[in-house]
Amino acid sequence: MTANLSRRGFLKSAAAAVAVLYVGANTKGAMAASNSADAMLNHFVKITADGRAVALCKHVEFGQGSATGLTTLIAEELGVTMEQIDYEFAPSNPAIYNNLLFGPFQGTGGSTAIANSFTQYRTAGAAAREMLISAAAKEWDVDAGALDIVEGVITGAGKSAPMGEFVAAAGEMEVPAEPRLRDASEWKIIGNAQTRRLDSPIKVNGQAQFAMDVHLDNQMVVMVRRTPQRGGTVVAFDDSASKEVKGFIMAQALPTGHGVAVYAENTWAAMQARNALEIEWDFSAAETRSSQEIKDEILAALNAEPTYNVNKADRTAVKTTVDGAATVLEKTFYFPLLAHAPMEPLNCTIEQTAEGDIVLHDGAQMPTGPHMAYQQIFELPAEKIQIKSMLAGGSFGRRATPDADYQVEAALAFIMTDRSRPVKLVWDREDDIRGGYYRPAAGHKVRVGLDETGAIIGWDHQVAGQSIMKGTPFEAFAVHDGVDHSSVEGIADSPYTIPGQALGLTDTEKATSVLWWRSVGHTHTAYVMEVMMDLAAKTSGKDAVDYRLDYLTGEGDAARKAGVLKLAAEKAGWGSAPAGHAKGIAVHKSFGSYVATVVEVSGNVDDGIVIEKVTAAVDCGIALNPDTVIAQAEGAIGYGIGHAMRDQITLDGGAVEQSNFPDYEPLRISDIKAIETHIVASAEAPTGMGEPGTPPSAPALANAIAALSTDAEHVAELPMSANGVEFA
Amino acid sequence: MSISLNLNGQTHEVDAEPGTPLLWVIRDELKLTGTKFGCGVAACGACTVHLDGEPVRSCQTFIEDVEGAEITTIEKMAEDTVGAAVQQAWLELDVVQCGYCQSGQIMNAVGLLRENAKPSAEEVDDYMHGNACRCATYQRIRAGVLRASEILEA
Repeated sequence: MTANLSRRGFLKSAAAAVAVLYVGANTKGAMAASNSADAMLNHFVKITADGRAVALCKHVEFGQGSATGLTTLIAEELGVTMEQIDYEFAPSNPAIYNNLLFGPFQGTGGSTAIANSFTQYRTAGAAAREMLISAAAKEWDVDAGALDIVEGVITGAGKSAPMGEFVAAAGEMEVPAEPRLRDASEWKIIGNAQTRRLDSPIKVNGQAQFAMDVHLDNQMVVMVRRTPQRGGTVVAFDDSASKEVKGFIMAQALPTGHGVAVYAENTWAAMQARNALEIEWDFSAAETRSSQEIKDEILAALNAEPTYNVNKADRTAVKTTVDGAATVLEKTFYFPLLAHAPMEPLNCTIEQTAEGDIVLHDGAQMPTGPHMAYQQIFELPAEKIQIKSMLAGGSFGRRATPDADYQVEAALAFIMTDRSRPVKLVWDREDDIRGGYYRPAAGHKVRVGLDETGAIIGWDHQVAGQSIMKGTPFEAFAVHDGVDHSSVEGIADSPYTIPGQALGLTDTEKATSVLWWRSVGHTHTAYVMEVMMDLAAKTSGKDAVDYRLDYLTGEGDAARKAGVLKLAAEKAGWGSAPAGHAKGIAVHKSFGSYVATVVEVSGNVDDGIVIEKVTAAVDCGIALNPDTVIAQAEGAIGYGIGHAMRDQITLDGGAVEQSNFPDYEPLRISDIKAIETHIVASAEAPTGMGEPGTPPSAPALANAIAALSTDAEHVAELPMSANGVEFA
Repeated sequence: MSISLNLNGQTHEVDAEPGTPLLWVIRDELKLTGTKFGCGVAACGACTVHLDGEPVRSCQTFIEDVEGAEITTIEKMAEDTVGAAVQQAWLELDVVQCGYCQSGQIMNAVGLLRENAKPSAEEVDDYMHGNACRCATYQRIRAGVLRASEILEA
């Protein structure tokens, strides 16, 4: 259908069974519906005349189950089964598809996909349902209140017909301003553990299309040799050996100077031609420090007065209390740089259409980032830039850089061509490990004072590390009074009631680009909080669960945190362990969700630790797709434990030493023998589950290892394998 | 050089330089994208295909060494008794998350079940050790292989 069809003409064609009903927000944010083709960009729900529904997903699908989750919300409200609905990825348009928790910004992160969409998507589904019902009620001359849609069939008042028959008429109905949302008692799909992922079938037969699978006609593959040290620039390069590679097209230094782009006919040619490049670098302004220097700087900051007094405590008084305590526990922690290393290496493809539009094919986690950057690079208005969101092969934060790093790199490579051929930028695993935006290194020094009964009377907590948010567009949002909240989250807002706590923070210089990494600051703060709580319990001769519960006595937050703690303990058989085994527990709130984890280990640190079982309890409010919640807990636990076991990024002379999986070894199937996850039944609004499983996993492992014998210690520096712990 | 490849039951004439990994011929020349690039050094298993029925890492299998061999990729697994059982088990248990490694996981799992129709959990772990999944879907991969074994037995 074309846009200039008359209304009458359009409706005629609609009657001929090509009608499509779109329901969604208009550009002013109000709910709107249209059955014109022009409204395609403005919808969350599409219903075709054959009765199939399509959910438009504004969040990336990179394994966390957002496509299934958002579609569930539409299906439930509309009144269709999951077999009667499909999903598509929404285009880039922050006026419509923004993350409601991010402001005018379309993006996925912070475990917010379901939390911000829960009411929005249900409302869109409900509006579509009410419009279809209104059309049927009018035709049948019955009260709309007597009708419902059940499994795609409008039914009630003695009548029944497939909803597809009313698609055209529904488009003429007024959009309900406040459609009725189904009561929880009516839910058939929300909370149903039998619901399957919609993307499973295409992911088991090779048909799933990731950005890496894009093959546009006549495309070139570009790979970039980047500076090995942050801040290095290209002085000159010699591509004479590259020219010997069959399929090599050309090499060009990027305008930023940070690397040389090699253009080739295919990926293998690009790899070989890039390897054959000789580059002369200028490292005069480049990073030259080693990991040890970075660590020394952080540890020194922990022993100096902090730059920021985060909780405005009287630190002198806290220190005096701690110094005078019956028992003083002191521990210094260190956390290394970590790479995200998603399975699908970074890549994206750019093409220019005959109309001069720029099209980006990308597993886009934050489409608004490249969309804004491309307006500058290509000097085009927003509507001339299209972003086609593809499935993404993992991210863990890496695909969401504030500077849209790899998409900008692809654009820079593209503008150095005549734009007649699409450019596919491909990173390999070495690029991924070495060109990373890393989880920043961090150090903590904690001194806890206990009274004669073992109760906490003072807690002096100092944090030092590299700020993620400072110097990014998110600074205004996340940094207050100089404090980057992501450096102290999980301590500053802990549901524990800890008496006499001082919290200080010092930022240290960034030696690499740093970035949020699955659960951000909680990756280290949960470890420190939970190891210190465990140490305090152990020192006091108290049970680790009972001890924590003493500090979780309030309502709300504290009660929910206590709830998962008790559930995990119960399900894990806390209090006993088979001979030679030991259990450790940790509990943490992050991204609005509460997770407690019990790790059971055997063996010893010299001959090898075996992780026998992990038991987790989760409270994420309403569990939209319970099996996805469980899967996310399993994955997040594995991600946390795997890196704590043996991963770190180290620098030598400013250059990353690791390069690929052999020296940045992923968690393997044999590393954790079993994981069991339990969900707390809840009527609270849903919160996230992409990240909250990660924070308590590593400290629970540390606490389990410390429980193996009376002289076993809590590991204070990660990774464990580089700090005295062997794994079997 | 011109090479005749027997892939998924069809013969393809491809032009590739000696030393070209089979992976890039499958992906870039034949446009079969179910076989994935993960590491390029045989350390993750995302590129696993079958060579005469045996799982191999196609990123470290070179084009000049596969002439005459029967190559099978994920796209053909639905037609394979063991492959179909593994896919069914994967669907029943919703093994996948991002899914990028899962073609390789399935190809390797099929290799295991052809060799050992009733593996123990430990044997699954041993055989699947080289297939990385950064989403850490390992609990379900293990359960999926055991479930596929049951399906095949029934």
